[in-house]
This record gives sequence, C-alpha cells and structure tokens, in this order.
Amino acid sequence: MSNAPREKFDNTVVEWVDSRLPIFTMMKNEYGVFPTPRNFNWFWNFGAIAMFMLITMIATGIVLAMHYTADTKLAFDSVERIMRDVNGGWLIRYIHMNGASFFFIAVYIHIFRGMYYGSYKAPRELLWILGVIIFLLMMATAFIGYVLPWGQMSLWGATVITNLFSAIPFVGESIVTLLWGGFSIDNPTLTRFFALHYLLPFVIVGVVLLHIWALHVTGSNNPLGLEPKSKKDTLPFHPYYTSKDFFGIIVFIIFYAIFIFYMPDALGHPDNYIPANPLVTPPHIVPEWYFLPFYAILRAVTFNMNIYMLAGLGLLAVFMVEFIWRHKPKYLNGFLGFLLLVLGSGLAVFGLLADLNQGWEIPMSAANLAPISAKFGGVLAMFGSIGLLVILPWLDNHPIRSARFRPLFRIFMIIFTISVFILGYAGSQAADKVYFMEFNNTMLAQIFTGFYFMFFLIILPLLSRFEKGRELPKSINEAVLSKAQKAGA
Amino acid sequence: MFVRNILSAIIISVAPVSSVLAAGGDTPPIPSQDWSFSGPFGTYDKAALQRGYKIYREVCASCHSMKRVRFRNLEALGYNEDQIKAIAAEYSVEDGPNEDGDMFERAALPSDAFISPFPNDNAAKAANGGAFPPDLSLMTKARANGSNYVHALMTGYKDKLPHGVELSDGQYWNTYFTGNKIAMAPPLMDESISYEDGTIETLDQYAKDISHFLTWAADPYMEERKRTGFKVILFLLIFAGVMYGVKRRIWSNIH
Amino acid sequence: MSADSKKNCEGETRRGFMQMFAASLGVFGGAMAAWPLVNSLNPAKDTMALSSVEVDIADIPVGSSKTIMWRGKPVFIRHRTEKEISMANAVDVKSLTDKQSDDERVQRPEWLVAVGVCTHLGCIPQGQKPTENRGEYGGWFCSCHGSEYDTSGRIRKGPAPKNLVVPPYKFVSDTTIKIG
Repeated sequence: MSNAPREKFDNTVVEWVDSRLPIFTMMKNEYGVFPTPRNFNWFWNFGAIAMFMLITMIATGIVLAMHYTADTKLAFDSVERIMRDVNGGWLIRYIHMNGASFFFIAVYIHIFRGMYYGSYKAPRELLWILGVIIFLLMMATAFIGYVLPWGQMSLWGATVITNLFSAIPFVGESIVTLLWGGFSIDNPTLTRFFALHYLLPFVIVGVVLLHIWALHVTGSNNPLGLEPKSKKDTLPFHPYYTSKDFFGIIVFIIFYAIFIFYMPDALGHPDNYIPANPLVTPPHIVPEWYFLPFYAILRAVTFNMNIYMLAGLGLLAVFMVEFIWRHKPKYLNGFLGFLLLVLGSGLAVFGLLADLNQGWEIPMSAANLAPISAKFGGVLAMFGSIGLLVILPWLDNHPIRSARFRPLFRIFMIIFTISVFILGYAGSQAADKVYFMEFNNTMLAQIFTGFYFMFFLIILPLLSRFEKGRELPKSINEAVLSKAQKAGA
Repeated sequence: MFVRNILSAIIISVAPVSSVLAAGGDTPPIPSQDWSFSGPFGTYDKAALQRGYKIYREVCASCHSMKRVRFRNLEALGYNEDQIKAIAAEYSVEDGPNEDGDMFERAALPSDAFISPFPNDNAAKAANGGAFPPDLSLMTKARANGSNYVHALMTGYKDKLPHGVELSDGQYWNTYFTGNKIAMAPPLMDESISYEDGTIETLDQYAKDISHFLTWAADPYMEERKRTGFKVILFLLIFAGVMYGVKRRIWSNIH
Repeated sequence: MSADSKKNCEGETRRGFMQMFAASLGVFGGAMAAWPLVNSLNPAKDTMALSSVEVDIADIPVGSSKTIMWRGKPVFIRHRTEKEISMANAVDVKSLTDKQSDDERVQRPEWLVAVGVCTHLGCIPQGQKPTENRGEYGGWFCSCHGSEYDTSGRIRKGPAPKNLVVPPYKFVSDTTIKIG
C-alpha cells in the first residue's frame, strides 16, 4: 500500500500531508480512479446505502446516549423525556428506531444480491465471510438495542432470547446467569447491554473497513459474474459510481423518511410503550421483523434429536461430501455410496418417527437418549441457519457465478427467497395458529425450515455438480455493447 | 389475540391492518372513526382536545394517572400561560424536604406532571379491587390501532351478556376488551359530562373526545412531525431529481 | 466533428452547473439533518420549564442569608442590616474593579440577590453563614483563589474580574421574589 509509486499533488498542503501519510493517494486510488465493472445494476447500490445507514445509526445513537439513562427505574422515563422534552428528541429517536429496520432492509438486499450473483465465490470468500460477521454483529446490536427502552417487549424479548442459551448442555444455566448478572433480566443486564450497544457499532465499523479492504483487493463482482479483462470493462469509481450511489441513497432515504414522519411506530410493537413489568408477560412475544425468519426456524424444531437421527444425518453428510461435493469419490465406491444413502435416510426417518411416537419401545430412542433436546436443537438450527452462510462459498462451488447463466440455480434462488419471506410470516404468527384441517403454523415453519437447510446442504451441492449453465459472454464490455445494440435496434 | 403481520405493515400503513388482525378470535374488528388527525396532513382539533381533557379531569383522573404529561404541555390545547397556571394551581403536590426535613404540600406549577390519583401502583391496585388502572400517557401508542381502540372500548360495554357468560363481582362485559371481562365500570354515558361549547353530549362524542385527547397525550409532536416530513420529503424528491440528472449526464458519454 | 465538440463543450458547462447545484443541495440537506442532532444538546423543555423559581423570603431575618438553587446554581439572598447597606454605599464607585453602585445592584436596599458563583473560576464563595469567613469587606470570600466581595456582592480584592452576577428577579409580593 505504502510502497506503491505516488503521484504529486498540485496543492502544496495536500502534497505536504500526502508525502508523509499518503491518505489522499489512498482515497484517489480506492475511491477516485478505482476500476469498477461498468455493468453494475441497482442492486449494487445497497453496499453504499448500508454504509450510510451505519453512519446514521452511530450519529443518532451517540446523541441519544447523551440523553438516555441505563437504569431499570429510569430508562423508560428517560426515553419518554427524549420523546417529549429534548429538543427534536422525537425525531432523533424515530430516525434511530426506524433506522434499525432500514439498515436491515439494506443489508438483506445486499446479501440477496451477493447470493444471486455469486459474489461469495472465489476469490471473494473472505469478503463474504466478513460480511456474515457484520450481519451477526448487527443482529446482536439490534437485539441489545431493543432492550434499552425497557418496555414490555424489551424485557420479555430479552428474557426469551437469553434463555435460549440455557439449552446448551451442562454450562447453559451458568452462561445465562453470567449474561444476566443476576437471576433474571434486571439492572445489571440493562447497564451491560447499554455498554455493549455503544461498543458493538464501532466493532461493526472495524469489520466494515476490513470488508471494504477485502473488496478492494479482489475488486467488485458484477451482474455477469465475469472478472474484468481489460480497461474497457471498467469505469473509474468516481464520478460514475459516486453519482449513482448518491442517487440511490437519496431514493432510499425517501422511503425511510416516509416511515420516520408518517408511520414511525409501524415497525415497532405497541407493547413496548408499556413500561417493563417483570410480573406480567405479554400474550404474544414477537421479535422485531428482521429476526422473524430465524425465530420461525428456532420454533420449528419441536422434536428431540435422538442418536438414530444423528447417525443417519451423519451418514448422509459423508455421502454428500464424497459423491456430490468432491465430484469424484476419493475413499468410497458406488456400492458403498448407495449403502450410505439408504442407511442414512432410513436411520434419520426412523429416528424422527421414533421421537414422534413416544409409545414405541425402541432402545435409546427419544425417551431414554436424546443428545440434542428440542430446545437445544432449535438453538442449533437457528445459529446453523446463519452458519450455513459462512460455508456457502464451499457448498456452492459451481464455476459460474451469476444466476443469469444458471437457470436452475436461479429458480431455486427465487424459491429460497420466497421461502425466507414465508418463514418470516410464520415467525410472526402464533405457533398453534391453524391454517386448514390440522395444518398449523408450526408445520408451515417446519416445511420451510426444511427447505432452507435442503437448499444449502443438498440443492446447492447437487446443482454445482450437475448444472451445466449457459454460455458466458467473452467480456463485460461485449455483453454491454450487444445489449445496447439490441436496445438500439 | 394480538397478531402482527409485517408484510402488510410494509405495504400499507399499519394501523387499519393490524386492527383487523388484532381482532383474532375474541373480539370483533375495531371500527375506524373519522379523526381530524389521521392522514398525512391531519391536525389535532383543539376544541376536541379541551373537551377530552375535561373528561379526563372529571372522570378518568379519579383512577388513572397520566404522569408523563405536564401542565405546561396544555399549551397545545390552546390554553394560555395564565390559564395553565390556574389549572395547575387547582392541584396540590407534595414537595420537599424543606430545610427542617419535612415534606410539605404546595400548589402545582405548570412544570409539574399531572397529579396521580394514588401515591403508588399498589395503592392504585388496592383501591380498584386488585385491577391496576394503567397510566394513560401512552395509551393510544400502547395498544394496536390505539385511537380507534380507546373509542371502541368506551362504547363497547354491553348490559346484556352473551348466553352462558357469567361475570363475577366488579366485572363488566366489553365487546372490545381482550377476554371481554373488564374491571373498569362503564366510565361514560350520555349526558354524564356537560360541555360548554354546545357540542352534543353523547357517549359516542365523549368517547371520540377522550380518545382525541389521549392520542395527543401519547403523540404530542404529531403535527410538527407531519409538517417536517412534508418538507423533508419534498426536498428529497427535488434532490433526487437533480441527482438523477447529474448521474445521467455523467453516464451519457460512455454508451 | 466541430459541431460535436461544441455540443460537448456546452454539455460540460451544464454538467458543471448541475453538479454544483446537486452538491449545494447535498450540503444544505446534510446541515439540516445535522442541526437537530446539535440542537438536542441545548437545554430540554423540562429544564427550561424550571428556569424560574419563586422564593419565600419572609423567613429570612435581618442579617442572615438564604441559598436557593436556580438553574443548577446557588443564588445568595441576603437580608442586609442597616450597617451593611451603608457599607455598600460608602464606597467610591470609581475605585472599584467592576464599577457598579449599590443602587444598580438591588431593587430594595435590604435585599441583595446575587448568583453565588465566583466570577473568577466558578467556585462557591463562603459567607452565607455568620460563622464563615466573609473577608475584610463583610461580604463573601472565595477560598479557591482569595477573591473578596463586599456587602453588595462587588469584587474588591483578589483575581475575580467581575461582581457577583445579579440574576433577573422581581418582587411578586413583599415576601416572595421570582428569580428568572
């Protein structure tokens, strides 16, 4: 970075600084002349938009922290004081409150774009993983932040989510007590959550810088998924993408402003305007909308995982790795593979049935040996659903990146996106809600949770092995020109 | 049963939607009223706010606190400084300790919050047969579709019980209350409060006025918020248009 | 070719104008967005609502003082004796550091009302109780850096540059004053 040849600047002050600390050269290289594929579509705006939201959240958050009091007796009142007495406090809080939602909207679209156009594939795996880390940090920050107003949903949402950790075998209870700093969510919990809510955003900033650094090493992916081959394929970042990003950010703020000014509480929950009461639980505890798909996955696991299921799933995993993922089996032959497939699925199905029919007298079934209880299983599934994103670059190692040239992947990607929305809907509904006959909300969540995991663990490896894909254009420039010609003709 | 539907929340303004969903099994959908404050240019009706405040003072305040609203806030209802001082002075608050270490009573000042009817929550509970009368400062925000809900609750009492329902002592039947059995006696009825401005004195009108007042109490900056929003969005639309022009021009020379 | 370049040239200026316009809109928008953040740090409405206090002075005997809190600062109210009043008037105003006559500083001679914050660096001077050191001019003595104030709260000796500040106040009745 520092050893690259440096061009002199005309401005003497700039030159004086730059010759000692080449930040102007860096800005010029990374944001000025940085060669960027010329064919970005509007999906590529959401990185800049997410960055804008991060800055907005930190700016409003710091000001709010100056007025907020992290004490269970005072927190709710201090938030109401912000809303009623602090100059423009209502505006700042509404910007921050809705900002959390709009940050997630931007990031979810950003993640979708990464998946759809294969931005996670080599050489951008680490860039992608850094992104998943940012996403996890955001979830933690958002969850903790929702506790601070100390309303009913704050307290009970925090109680339910922190209790998840009690599912961890052996150490679970101790971990929960440690998290709480007591025997329930109380003042020590609130004060540490406030400290963490102030700290984590800056950790996010740090990881975002790494994310951008990694991006500038590999360069951006693009809708065609082709690496730029010549200068014709790229444009300097400034002014082309600075102007486009600016425009995109303003349009995004318009939608954001509609919520801030005309329906500021629409994305929140009325119960959070009731001060926290440790003696009364609200009838339905619902997390914020951006957690709903994961909440649905958490609640979908209503069965214990007994050793039959675990063994079956283990055998299936070996089969997948050997025969699908590795393309050519390394250790096993076809007959063994067939055996693995049959035995694995048989055991898994048998184990599930054994768990559902507690009457069966089967040695070491649910009743007497289930290493993973339903509660722990739910927690594992929820974290696993995000963990899958981390290993996505290896689950899908198809040589073509963009879904444009992979018709099958594209179809499944769209179904996957829809199923995440359905999971979100399932997460918002009561578990026992009946849709028709005996089909209730838990079953809905189970079906789409099943699809979620199948998509990553079965469909993607199968597709990367068997999908042929369309013929790729020779270069970005050629594709852009032929598109322009078609449009012209 | 309260149920939340995020997808519809994104598509439409959430209030009318969640009201329908909130109905669930027990209670019918909350009927929507025609409010002067609804819509992007809605404003509060000061006369209605004053009438609503009168109802709060004469009826609700005997059980319900409103401790996040201060007398000085009444300026928004159209009262001037002297009127607010006079209203506040009708109440007394405990202050202190003085130099001798004693607590003392003094007349309330505009800077004081509305005086709570009970010294603490437990006293409020004990005086109301174990049912806690909640603070009303945020009531319309703390219930889904709050403004319509308060109106519906006020007008939802039924003397004739559905078949097979029995109420215990101190319970009343309300169509819109979760579980229908409510500990609050019907607080309002036709002609129970006299209006000085000639407005009709019906239960429906009372319910509208108290709900109007509580909506203001929960969301005192609604008018300023909507006005600011209009300006901000107008500015953003112009800015977006100009920025689009700039972007188009910059990109025009590469195709 | 030449027509083309001319067109380009015009395009350049229009582009420059558009960019300048967009940039100024951006600066304006950013400033408008930043203002509420800064303004929120000003005193809030509940703080402002407490910016005036009414004080009952009936219980202050001649020769003693009362300290009350106003805007987070102590205000000294001294019920002055005849001797203190005459001491305050006996000085040649021209000889003072901060030239103010006693008349300019009081509304009724027997009552002195002054903010009890030393004008040097903000310490609270002693002298409210008869047992405390009042300095050689019979008013207040600031132990931080030795500033001495007279019975009119004027600086007479030491590093403080100004007299003790007289807050805005008025007599609501003979026994009540409203400060602020």
